[in-house]
Amino acid sequence: MTAETTILLSLLIPALGAVGIAVSSRWPNVRESVTLVTAGLLMINVWSLIPGIMDGGRPFVSLFEFLPGVAIAFRVEPLGMLFAALASGLWIVNSIYSIGYMRGNKEKHQTRFYICFAIALSAAMGIAFADNLLTLFLFYEILTLSTYPLVSHKGDQPTVRSARTYIGILLGTSIGLLLPAILWTLSAAGTLTFTEGGILAGKLSGPEVGLLLGLFAFGVGKAALMPVHKWLPAAMVAPTPVSALLHAVAVVKAGVFSITKIIVYIFGIDFLDAEPSAAWLPLVAAFTVVAASIVALRQTNLKRLLAYSTISQLSYIVLAAAVLKPLSEIGAAIHMVTHAFGKITLFFAAGAIYVASKKTELHQLHGIAHRMPWTMAAFTIGALSMIGVPPTAGFVSKWYILGGALEAQNYVAIFTLVASTALNAAYFLPIIYRAWVAPERPLPESSPYRNHGEAPWPMVVALTTTAALTLIFFIYNQPVLDLEAQLVGRNP
Amino acid sequence: MSLASQLPALQVAVPMLTAPLVALLRDSHLSWAAAFAASAMSFVLAIAITGQVIGGETLVYHMGGWAPPFGISLYIDELSALLLLIITGAATLTLLAGRGSLEEQVGEARMPLFLAAWLLTLAGLAGIVVSGDAFNIFVFMEISSLATYILVSGGPQRRALTAVFKYLITGTVGATFYLIGVGMVYMMTGTLNIADMEVRLAEVSDRNVVYVAAGFITIGLALKAAIFPLHAWMPNAYTFAPHIVTAFIAACSTKVSLYVLLRLDFFVFQKNLVDHELQFAYLLMPLAVIGILYGSIAAIFEQNLKRILAFSSVAQIGYILLGASLISVAGFTAAVLHFFNHALAKTALFLAVACLGLQFAKMRLEDLRGVGRSMPWTLAAFAGAGLSLIGVPGTAGFVSKWALIGAAMEKGAPGAALVALILFSSLLAVVYVWRIVEVTWFGHGGEQAKAAGGGPITEAPLWILTMTWVAVLANFWFGFDSSLPMQLASSSAEEFLRHQP
Repeated sequence: MTAETTILLSLLIPALGAVGIAVSSRWPNVRESVTLVTAGLLMINVWSLIPGIMDGGRPFVSLFEFLPGVAIAFRVEPLGMLFAALASGLWIVNSIYSIGYMRGNKEKHQTRFYICFAIALSAAMGIAFADNLLTLFLFYEILTLSTYPLVSHKGDQPTVRSARTYIGILLGTSIGLLLPAILWTLSAAGTLTFTEGGILAGKLSGPEVGLLLGLFAFGVGKAALMPVHKWLPAAMVAPTPVSALLHAVAVVKAGVFSITKIIVYIFGIDFLDAEPSAAWLPLVAAFTVVAASIVALRQTNLKRLLAYSTISQLSYIVLAAAVLKPLSEIGAAIHMVTHAFGKITLFFAAGAIYVASKKTELHQLHGIAHRMPWTMAAFTIGALSMIGVPPTAGFVSKWYILGGALEAQNYVAIFTLVASTALNAAYFLPIIYRAWVAPERPLPESSPYRNHGEAPWPMVVALTTTAALTLIFFIYNQPVLDLEAQLVGRNP
Repeated sequence: MSLASQLPALQVAVPMLTAPLVALLRDSHLSWAAAFAASAMSFVLAIAITGQVIGGETLVYHMGGWAPPFGISLYIDELSALLLLIITGAATLTLLAGRGSLEEQVGEARMPLFLAAWLLTLAGLAGIVVSGDAFNIFVFMEISSLATYILVSGGPQRRALTAVFKYLITGTVGATFYLIGVGMVYMMTGTLNIADMEVRLAEVSDRNVVYVAAGFITIGLALKAAIFPLHAWMPNAYTFAPHIVTAFIAACSTKVSLYVLLRLDFFVFQKNLVDHELQFAYLLMPLAVIGILYGSIAAIFEQNLKRILAFSSVAQIGYILLGASLISVAGFTAAVLHFFNHALAKTALFLAVACLGLQFAKMRLEDLRGVGRSMPWTLAAFAGAGLSLIGVPGTAGFVSKWALIGAAMEKGAPGAALVALILFSSLLAVVYVWRIVEVTWFGHGGEQAKAAGGGPITEAPLWILTMTWVAVLANFWFGFDSSLPMQLASSSAEEFLRHQP
């Protein structure tokens, strides 16, 4: 099978999976099998591309001319390969978890849930492999729209209001800022194709560059750069599997992935580095890192705390990309992976706690580790990875980001990394301490959850797997490094 | 003479001559079959004509073999062909989908006469588009308008009558203004043939009366095209007409008047009258801008589903006018694309409304709360077409918005302001479309408001639902493969701009 077919299959497999899920909606066991088989096929399919990319291949396929001069086209390059491999791999784990969560929680509309999930994955693959900005934009919007029913899943008034914030900010920023940025790029550069070294060098100059960068950075609302971050806490009303895979991995990573890709392949690192008007982006990203951490300190709800932690961590990636040094670009790419492993583990744990005990608030978590040791062990590993403590994955990416910041002598970035590490520790360590050390506050006699144990086994399997990945990545990360070294054309 | 050369005349003759026949058939089913056959035949003719003119050919047909300037001539270029496709396509699809809806809203007894009016509307609109003669345009305009008044007044509520009365007065004033303008031009040039006018007007272009004539024509047609602030007749006419009628006329009737306006302005007046293009820069473009904002904001505050869509049409007509007022190839292309794409979106939306109409007597949002749970396919179709109205990529609406923004960008600093306006109004469209989506899918307490019978709300019949989805999928199809409308639009834009000084 040629790489071109494989690219198209990456989009088709989840789409066909969605059809299969719809057809088998009456038989839940068949339906869930379809999800798992689809996820498995997608992962095999996507991962089969990796060797070719490692050898320097850049498979390309163009479908048809969408608008005059711009085609729907796909090309696999290291960054997109990483994003696609990550999302497709974690989809399997997340599907196992979803089955446990949705059944354990007796959720309604499960068929719709799995269909939208599959479509969202198809859109994520489209984003990962997009060869030009318009293709990226198309799948970006499909991703927004397909996740709306997931966010509004519960259907009551507070949920619908939050979902309105979600769709309003994501559609608003993309139509209001990203679309004009794309059109501006087209009229300035005459093309929208992602090209090594960028396409804008010499086409724009002065404040225009900073302005266009601003349209892109805030237009990609999924990257949750402040002040367009509000949709992410709002999205926490979704069932936890959605928060775990989509709002810790696929959707938000699609955002930072797009920004990184735009910086590397549209502006070009060297062009942007030489342009003083673009220097504001690291500052805004740094502000977001610190401010979101401070907001996270004040949260009392576990999922909202994790949401603000995500906002902060996403801006790490934007900050790393905006430092504009090869080492930091690699750090940005790796942080996508390490944050994904850590944050999906944390969300899995939060969902497991909810299913087992219906607890959602921080003050309810005293002593919970004694009832749910596996879950809380995984949570601890995830939290340590967020802080960046060895031997967890988070340490690896922070190492490279810090290396890039030192190379650039960007003291703002260095200070931000140090400060946010302290802040991360300040909001995660108390949770871990309470869960393991503090005495339990028993639930009232009447509560059916008084003597709860671990969540259903599929969920425990899933969160243990991702926690293990977080640890393994610390030791074994060379393939990812090799892959992303190609991004900037040198070894780290 | 081969049949192929008679197509322009047949385009009008087929529906017009079938109309009295349909009126004479006293049976509702038979008359529907005959009316549908005539509509479908017109659609086939429109496709054949498009095949003939695509690539830059122009069809000129002399009625009865009488050569102009004495005889009547028909004139079809690519823009006319595109409009013929819109008119006949919308008429055929809505008639095919809407039999059940029409029988419920109009009544079986009135169907034959009603369908005769339907065919006359079709014949009149097609006649305006194919006509190469300013007076014949007036004649066909009257035919289509009078027949449309009958269609609108067929609505089940008594308020349809007051709505149609307002429409009738406004429409008559508009047509009269147009006739006064044409009369003045005839007085000065001695011709009614548009191609002839284009040549002869040069001799008298320094006379004020020609400017007055152009003014009358612009105002008259702006009334009929519902250009802000002359749109007041439209929301009520759309709201109280039978749903299927709304689907049909929303797709094409105002656009046809806009077409005449563009045809006369670009072919006749701008070429000959000094500074005539200022009309676009200082009158029509500001009106388009205000119309876009006003229509979108009014749609946000409306409570009735059909009125929301009607005000959205005010805004969408603004987009078309805005594109044309840029007086550039890119702008005109965007305008023509939006003729086509807006027709697609609005037909699909009003067909979805017709599906709802089989269950609900009124279209107030509060009655429709939570209806998506009972009629998921209908509301999914509505949401899909709504995306096209917003201009989400992958839908037809995105293609014209992309073209329009690209055209505005060519104009420097004022163009940047227009880009901001277009984007802002797209966000307003997000608000009014999403409000409907939210209420219909997540609202609570609307189910009790079922009109008659009191039984549970069920999904619309399969047939009308299928046709609605055909229209919705057409929005996605032309969102991905826009080559046909794009080709017609860009070459008609080049042709229209060639007639500029």
